[in-house]
Amino acid sequence: MAEIKPIKFSDEALALSHKIMKRYPEGKQKSAILPVLHLAQAEFGGWLSAPVMDYVASLLSIQPVEVYEVASFYSMYNLKPVGKCVIEVCRTGPCWLMGAEDLVKFIEKKLNIKEGQTTADGMFTLKTVECLASCGTAPMMQIGETYHENLTFEKCSDILDNYKAKGENVSHWRKERITNHSDVKQ
Amino acid sequence: MAKQLLINDLDKEGIATLAGYKAHGGYAALEKAVKMKPEEVVSEVQKSGLRGRGGAGFPTGMKWSFIAKPPGVPRYLVCNADESEPGTFKDRYLMQRKPHILIEGMIISSFALGANTSYIYIRGEMMYQFHILEKAIQEAYDAGYLGKNILGTGYDLDLYVHPGAGAYICGEETGLIESLEGKRGNPRIKPPFPAVKGVWQCPTVVNNVETLAAVVPIINMTGDEYAKIGIGRSTGTKLISASGHINKPGVYEIELGLPVEEFLYSDQYCGGIRNGKKLKAVVAGGSSVPILPGEKLLKTPKGEPRLMSYESLSEGGFGEGTMLGSGGFIVMDEDTSVVKNLWNFTRFYHHESCGQCSPCREGTGWMEKILHKFLDGHGTMADIDLLWDIQSKIDGRTICPLGDAASWPVASAIRHFRSEFEEYVKNGENMRDIQHYYRVNNLQPA
Repeated sequence: MAEIKPIKFSDEALALSHKIMKRYPEGKQKSAILPVLHLAQAEFGGWLSAPVMDYVASLLSIQPVEVYEVASFYSMYNLKPVGKCVIEVCRTGPCWLMGAEDLVKFIEKKLNIKEGQTTADGMFTLKTVECLASCGTAPMMQIGETYHENLTFEKCSDILDNYKAKGENVSHWRKERITNHSDVKQ
Repeated sequence: MAKQLLINDLDKEGIATLAGYKAHGGYAALEKAVKMKPEEVVSEVQKSGLRGRGGAGFPTGMKWSFIAKPPGVPRYLVCNADESEPGTFKDRYLMQRKPHILIEGMIISSFALGANTSYIYIRGEMMYQFHILEKAIQEAYDAGYLGKNILGTGYDLDLYVHPGAGAYICGEETGLIESLEGKRGNPRIKPPFPAVKGVWQCPTVVNNVETLAAVVPIINMTGDEYAKIGIGRSTGTKLISASGHINKPGVYEIELGLPVEEFLYSDQYCGGIRNGKKLKAVVAGGSSVPILPGEKLLKTPKGEPRLMSYESLSEGGFGEGTMLGSGGFIVMDEDTSVVKNLWNFTRFYHHESCGQCSPCREGTGWMEKILHKFLDGHGTMADIDLLWDIQSKIDGRTICPLGDAASWPVASAIRHFRSEFEEYVKNGENMRDIQHYYRVNNLQPA
């Protein structure tokens, strides 16, 4: 484990979370919980530990339990540590018709992990998820904000090799892509 | 060429930007709408006959007319961009390629409803489209289409994108409202309807992406002209997401009333079944609607050609018909196992049940387990009746329609493909799906 650091957003993330809170009416800052948890997940290694959730509760001036119950309801929040790169393969209906099950098996074999597990080098976590609204380009997987569509074993293999070569942390939320229009208010 | 009102001009350069969108007639409807009275805009939408494109098909103008207007209480418009019905991917397609049509439609609709703050609730998974919308909204603010005193009318509107975090149930409008308030997406008991008490207990209208986008052509061409497109009470155009075993999967904009056979086989649309296979079954409106065998989909019980419209697809009721739903058109060829497909859908509903109502929370899990049993080669004839019994006890007994959505695929699969279930029972071990068996029991194939 890395050294224990106090849980705190970077100045940039803190400013962004305040900006997000301003998008909701006065006193309704609890509404910002989903975006702020996405932000927290991106800030703190791709998952939400109890101290991180407590920190988010303090930011939003709500009780920690209000954050726990939300974080445990939505499938995008990881409540356990994950690899740098979380592979989310769609397993529902149309993707299944087009071979998603075999694709999952292929990835399991290639990375030598089972669904839900993380590779020993901490690079990849494999998840299966429900329909990602990409049925016309099935089978598909999501890594970070990117959809990789019309997958074949070869294509999938190349994509994963590419991520491995880069070795970067990949998350859904990229804070540099948020614009400033909430400043327009007032 | 079929009429296209929403996904036209997608090949034009820069159509995703404000400048490109304006160059092809964008924001003309807004300029027109702000010169009208809000109630005139509502009346145009009523005249157009537009029906909710998210699945329920409720008349949009009527929904708008229900909004309560207590003095001093803010009203809200929320766009439902939580597209998660399996088989549906039209909203994601539209938002990614032409974000400004949604934004323009939302400004006009907010103006009509008297909302000064509106939200687009987008699936958390669609972060890419989230960023596209953020950028487009910024452009609209810079151009004076959003913010204070829009186009010099004195009307103010702030528009924000709100990401979800992965929950099918948040596509249900009261689940979505709970989620927007920062809670678990547990649907509310109705009444009160959102039009009276919605987000933060204020009057709220929730509309699908495609519905709000359709307001733009309605204002441009007038409601009466829009109502001339389509057939009967199914007016206008509809985006259909075609997927599964077809030659040309993708999003198609059709004029409602197009024959199903033409949609499925013509090269302009799906282009027929891939690999020269035969058609077995189709789920015509997203995973929740009843599955139909090919021949029942193409012809109504009266033997007439079935059309892509709300009425024609539901002709024959649940016994012989299905629904247009969200327009998620999932095609299965002759090699598909209906039982296994059903297991996949049922697993989905079990996973996505919010857990508030016992029939849905427990029932979806029981059905998934029984379907496992068939696939493992241990199903019995009594299990078919048991499945039927469970689904009939979920249908209509839950707060929100997720329970119904979970039971209809089961009921229709047994109704139309009972012999396939019996096959799994009779052949036992031979029918056992070894791959499936290994997977669920966490075994490695030898």
